[in-house]
Amino acid sequence: MSFGRMHRKEDARFIRGRGTYTDDVRLPGMLYGAVLRSPHAHARIVSVDASAAEAHPKVKAVITGRTLEGLGLAWMPTLSRDTQAVLATDKVRFQGQEVAFVVAEDPYSARDALELIDVEYDPLDAVVDARRALDPGAPVIRDDLEGRTGNHIFDWEAGDRARTDALFEQAEVTVAQDMIYPRVHPAPLETCGAVADFDKVTGKLTVWCPTQAPHAHRTLYAMVAGLPEHKIRVISPDIGGGFGGKVGIYPGYVCAIVGSIVTGRPVKWMEDRSENLMSTAFARDYHMRGEIAATRDGRIQAIRVKVLADHGAFNGTAQPTKFPAGFFHVFSGSYDVEAAHCEVTGVYTNKAPGGVAYACSFRVTEAVYLVERLVDMLAAELGLDPAELRMRNLLRPEQFPYVSPTGWEYDSGDYPKALRLALDLAGYDELRAEQADRRARGELMGIGISFFTEAVGAGPRKHMDILGLGMADGAELRVHPTGKAVLRVSCQSQGQGHETTFAQIVGQELGIPADDVEVVHGDTDQTPFGLGTYGSRSTPVSGAATALVARKVRDRAKIVAAAMLEASPDDLEWAGGRWSVVGDPSTGKSLAELALAAHSDLELPEGVEGHLDAAIVYNPPNLTYPFGAYICVVDVDPGTGQVKVRRFVAVDDCGVRINPMIVEGQIHGGLADGVGMALMQVMAFDEDGNHLGASFMDYLLPTAVECPSWELGETVTPSPAHPIGAKGVGESATVGSPPAVVNAVVDALGPYGIRHADMPLTPANVWRVVQGRPFRTDLAIP
Amino acid sequence: MRVTVTVNGQPHTREVEPRLLLVHFLRDELGLTGTHWGCDTSNCGVCTVRLDGVPVKSCTVLAVMADGHEVTTVEGLERDGELDTVQKGFVECHGLQCGFCTPGMLLTARWLLDRDPDPDETRIREAISGQLCRCTGYENIVRSIRWAAASEQEARS
Repeated sequence: MSFGRMHRKEDARFIRGRGTYTDDVRLPGMLYGAVLRSPHAHARIVSVDASAAEAHPKVKAVITGRTLEGLGLAWMPTLSRDTQAVLATDKVRFQGQEVAFVVAEDPYSARDALELIDVEYDPLDAVVDARRALDPGAPVIRDDLEGRTGNHIFDWEAGDRARTDALFEQAEVTVAQDMIYPRVHPAPLETCGAVADFDKVTGKLTVWCPTQAPHAHRTLYAMVAGLPEHKIRVISPDIGGGFGGKVGIYPGYVCAIVGSIVTGRPVKWMEDRSENLMSTAFARDYHMRGEIAATRDGRIQAIRVKVLADHGAFNGTAQPTKFPAGFFHVFSGSYDVEAAHCEVTGVYTNKAPGGVAYACSFRVTEAVYLVERLVDMLAAELGLDPAELRMRNLLRPEQFPYVSPTGWEYDSGDYPKALRLALDLAGYDELRAEQADRRARGELMGIGISFFTEAVGAGPRKHMDILGLGMADGAELRVHPTGKAVLRVSCQSQGQGHETTFAQIVGQELGIPADDVEVVHGDTDQTPFGLGTYGSRSTPVSGAATALVARKVRDRAKIVAAAMLEASPDDLEWAGGRWSVVGDPSTGKSLAELALAAHSDLELPEGVEGHLDAAIVYNPPNLTYPFGAYICVVDVDPGTGQVKVRRFVAVDDCGVRINPMIVEGQIHGGLADGVGMALMQVMAFDEDGNHLGASFMDYLLPTAVECPSWELGETVTPSPAHPIGAKGVGESATVGSPPAVVNAVVDALGPYGIRHADMPLTPANVWRVVQGRPFRTDLAIP
Repeated sequence: MRVTVTVNGQPHTREVEPRLLLVHFLRDELGLTGTHWGCDTSNCGVCTVRLDGVPVKSCTVLAVMADGHEVTTVEGLERDGELDTVQKGFVECHGLQCGFCTPGMLLTARWLLDRDPDPDETRIREAISGQLCRCTGYENIVRSIRWAAASEQEARS
């Protein structure tokens, strides 16, 4: 019926350039804001003199930290129960931090006026290396927090330490490796920004901003601005990519709101690319030490991990507050291990806050990278083929539901099947033979495998929240008399195709065409409360809510059908998109007929109030666990160190696929992200905390030339935790692909005796190895 | 300064600051918001328009440089209510997700097919290499352009 490939409903506006992104919003009388940013990574603010800027003829207001202090708005809560300066008052803590905000009649004048603000700084030593941040003599970054004498944020652990240690002591083989998952940035092509419009008469504040979580934003604005929540409307229009970076609230949003309140006019603020790269949510920045213990015949017994997590100057990670390191404790991956233990220590450094962005599903990305590198290293140590080693250790289908050593219940899966399919699609044996031939000729060819299990669909209220808000999502379904429907959901699309996917779910459940279902999202005045789109939670949570609310409608329609057919509801069956008397399809009433009847003068039975509309709040019973097997083939040019991804085979299992076309598109994008992270992306800083890559000339993203043509395969293992058996897929490929690429490059460099190399594997870094020089493992801090 | 720029066949005369970028001229002066703004350094390509037929990054072209010239934006692709073949191709082959890079990709694709009606995959990838997409992994963009090329070839034969 409605599941299956169909063209996206949202394309009609996008291919005509008729989308409405935040920067496209123009209101009468609108003013423009610009942010003055710190040139230092760490400095005391001695004074801020804005008088010259205020005197600029086109400037309407200059807001400084002192202005905000007077309003009680100088600090705001972060998504991790920390605080973040909206505009710095005491000192600046990362380069690019917000110091002042100018509101002017046009955007160019606003930027001109920034140069007229005179800020006197007293520079302090900066600490940008997480390992140094814990030194007793390290500069204390968060001296605003009472009693803080160092940069330590949290210690967190999961798993069974004693059992893990014991297994390591008895192990026949162990492998250990330090690894860095460097700081990267999601870099959506649309930067962040906001249009704030405060109406003094009604007291209503309307904010347009590209947020992945409009309702959470509204609640936070209410908390920050002290405005009543029912007087705030957050509109998240079309969004030009999010990747997690548009979950949090940035100081510019708050400044635009204050600017509108102060001037009485709408204020637009759009950041430029440098601002986006320097100040909005980064991802990763994990220094990991991983160890794996095994028997000589390749049976993995235990995994042990220690992580130092760089959270920047303010802990602004968007993640369940009960897990300071997110879902990192799925680090035992897809393998049947006896015990596992991890410790994560979070630290402040003089870098931008944020964290847990970039399609990483709350740190699963780092976890999968770690275990997949360790497994490859173990294979090398044992002299086993990495595919064979994985096959020996993958969880078997009969083990599901499987409770991991760190307490997660994996819902369903057939892992060996997925790996076998990937090996077949790639022609693995032939590839290995080709590699041997090429090696004999002195050529560097590498084959990398990764197998991943994701944990998505956050999540059950008993476990998961953001800022104390449970991660449930609402859905409301209205069926018009003619049988056309409007679905209102709390999640928000950043390009995933929700308007199509969710319409298909409703269509499938109600037996009506997906084109007859309008999906409304991204407007808090029009949609039910819910936590939004991130961590691949749209299909697992909102998609489930959508299916269940449609079933509620169907149940209401059944009562109407019973009245129309003069039968007992118990005697009706739903078949072929109609309610009919069991065994007599000719009596069937379609949803459209029943909707009209529900609105008609028909004597309505008890339980039906004159329409079929329904609402639901969905609290998922469990996460969903998509998985996949990826194989990457690379050629490395020994002369230049350049890595060419020749082939990439990706087999994904995300349960039931609602629109396979959209699923494949999501996977393609994630694979490109992974190749970019593995080969070119890194946010580098010098030792003074200066950002070394705040433009796309320095922070490199993959183009069509670096990406191969992706080869996809699929298996389908429905999730028992989801009403239609679907699992999330938005981040799978970003999680699974970096280890495949790195494993392939390390494999290619085998003749040089390399066993590990840190990302990004740039030509310069690879060339160093080929020249017999050591890899630089400290690229993030050159 | 006074400039007259013909955009999508329609001349527009405006008084502008000499430093005004073409992307802002199109978006803010003319309200043609299909052209996006993404990086200021000519790297991302979401602001790509055709200036006298040639794709340019309008974030690094001044409006005054377009004085007396012809600009085509995504709004100018559709003719008499009929989508351009490349637009149809992008819908057909799922060549877009968030839609932010799409206008620039479409204009470059149109330019490519005007010059080379039957480009192979390598040629297509080279042609769009100045434009970033963060959603699609490029696979379906390439397919979309090939679909458009094939369908135009079929229409000609």
